[in-house]
Amino acid sequence: MKSVLNYFKEIFSALRSLWGGMRVTGSYFLRPGQIVTQKYPENRKQLKMYDAFKGEVSMPHDENNQHKCTGCGICQINCPNGSIEVISKKITTEDGKTERIIDKHIYHLSMCTFCELCIKTCPSDALAWGQDFEHAVFNKSKLTKQLNQAGSTLKKVVKNNTPANDTIKANSNLENKQTNN
Amino acid sequence: MEEVIKDIIIKENEDYIINMGPQHPSTHGVLRFEVCLVGETVKYLIPHCGYIHRGIEKMCEKDTYQQIIHLTDRMDYLSAHINNEAVCLCVENALQVQVPERVVYIRTILSELSRIASHQLWWAAFGMDMGALTTFFYGLRDREKILDIFEESFGSRLLHSFNTPGGLMHDIHPNFQNGIKEFIKYFRKKLPEYDQLLTNNVIFKERSIGLGVLSKEDAISFGITGPSGRASGFACDIRKRFPYSAYDKVQFNEILFNEGDTFHRYKARIEEMKESMNILEQLVDNIPAGDYTAKLKPIIKLPVGEYYQRVEAARGELGVYIISDGNKNPLRVKFRTPNFSNLFIMNKLAAGSKIADLVAISGSLDLVIPDIDR
Repeated sequence: MKSVLNYFKEIFSALRSLWGGMRVTGSYFLRPGQIVTQKYPENRKQLKMYDAFKGEVSMPHDENNQHKCTGCGICQINCPNGSIEVISKKITTEDGKTERIIDKHIYHLSMCTFCELCIKTCPSDALAWGQDFEHAVFNKSKLTKQLNQAGSTLKKVVKNNTPANDTIKANSNLENKQTNN
Repeated sequence: MEEVIKDIIIKENEDYIINMGPQHPSTHGVLRFEVCLVGETVKYLIPHCGYIHRGIEKMCEKDTYQQIIHLTDRMDYLSAHINNEAVCLCVENALQVQVPERVVYIRTILSELSRIASHQLWWAAFGMDMGALTTFFYGLRDREKILDIFEESFGSRLLHSFNTPGGLMHDIHPNFQNGIKEFIKYFRKKLPEYDQLLTNNVIFKERSIGLGVLSKEDAISFGITGPSGRASGFACDIRKRFPYSAYDKVQFNEILFNEGDTFHRYKARIEEMKESMNILEQLVDNIPAGDYTAKLKPIIKLPVGEYYQRVEAARGELGVYIISDGNKNPLRVKFRTPNFSNLFIMNKLAAGSKIADLVAISGSLDLVIPDIDR
């Protein structure tokens, strides 16, 4: 008698556990306002990423087409994957001094791991995160980008040398020498 | 000696072998199990790993200590922050740098958030392995809240290389603390749903109770750490045994069960999520003001010697072993990853059970394949 009772007890407790799960899913079925998915391609225009969002490395230019990159190459040294190439050239200014400016700042998005070291170590804050995230392309060569715009020039800023920047620069010079040797 | 001999697998020519993987949806990565069957029963099982070996330890040897951090993200990608923290702690201990109190608190909070997010994804995927597809959507829905907190502060959702030797990359977003408080309030309401959907479900219980029993002795001798080991009664929580970061300042329980079957490995993780929320509640209001990084030289050179640091990752004990010869690159880096040890208990757990239960057992160990291969 007892075993028969237990048999039915088990059936009822099993059904109750299933009913508990069904109640959760059923309650969401009746409340469609709780749906959390985004209609992505439809909301492209309104979609706003967070300010800190790591989309891609970019070089901000101001309204006069000027950037802050001096072409020191610290980002290139610090990049662990070799996704940054700084190609600089030497020009002679009107005063007769030779100056190093960047020719091309090449960024390989296909190799970037978004570790933020280039942006963090840049002594002149020339690099920043871009917000673009739609990186899918049909041709891999499109992922190699030139960050400085055509015809852009260096923005002359009043130098305020913080000690931290000095040490970075000193070390980078040292490292440059080592790599040259 | 007899014990040892029993563990050795003897292959015979007439064995009926099938391969599970390397591309099988429920191994959650490229892992191959060579399964020998007698009818539907598993006779023995040999795991084959190495399909996603990237040579991270070797790559670390050419990188500076700051550059190593982003590689450790790619080992156990679900507890990326904890991996980062392990390397940072190892380097900081070697340099004997005192990081600011603010950094210590933020790191502990992030570790616990990563642990909850990792367990949520595991719960989602484990339910799916057992045939309950609904759990996958519910688990990911709640995980999204944590990922939004991460994205707001660090810009990326999964592989945020936010730690650096000496501190953090930049300061947290002002909304960070509020976000965590809202998440705790939200998730405390949602956790009972997890129980209703899966823990109390009769089909799930029938399949998992008493399946793949791991004894405490085996857990210790195979080095099974994390929730999988603690479900067998092996008290191995590094946060409790060898406190690091701010874990000596908070009160929490080490989740221990003695049964050691698939169901209790499941329960250990569910309980751990609750404990993690307790830890978060104790820390989130007490983040001290201050600097977000200690002043270190741009090029870090560790003194000559060997350094080891262990932390509790979401899946068990993670050890970082660095040998330095005084240069800016390490001479040798070795990671003791939890999943590698946890994988090789599979033969012991699965031998004798049905092939349909193999998925449940490997799911309950919560294996992340890139962490095994590195």
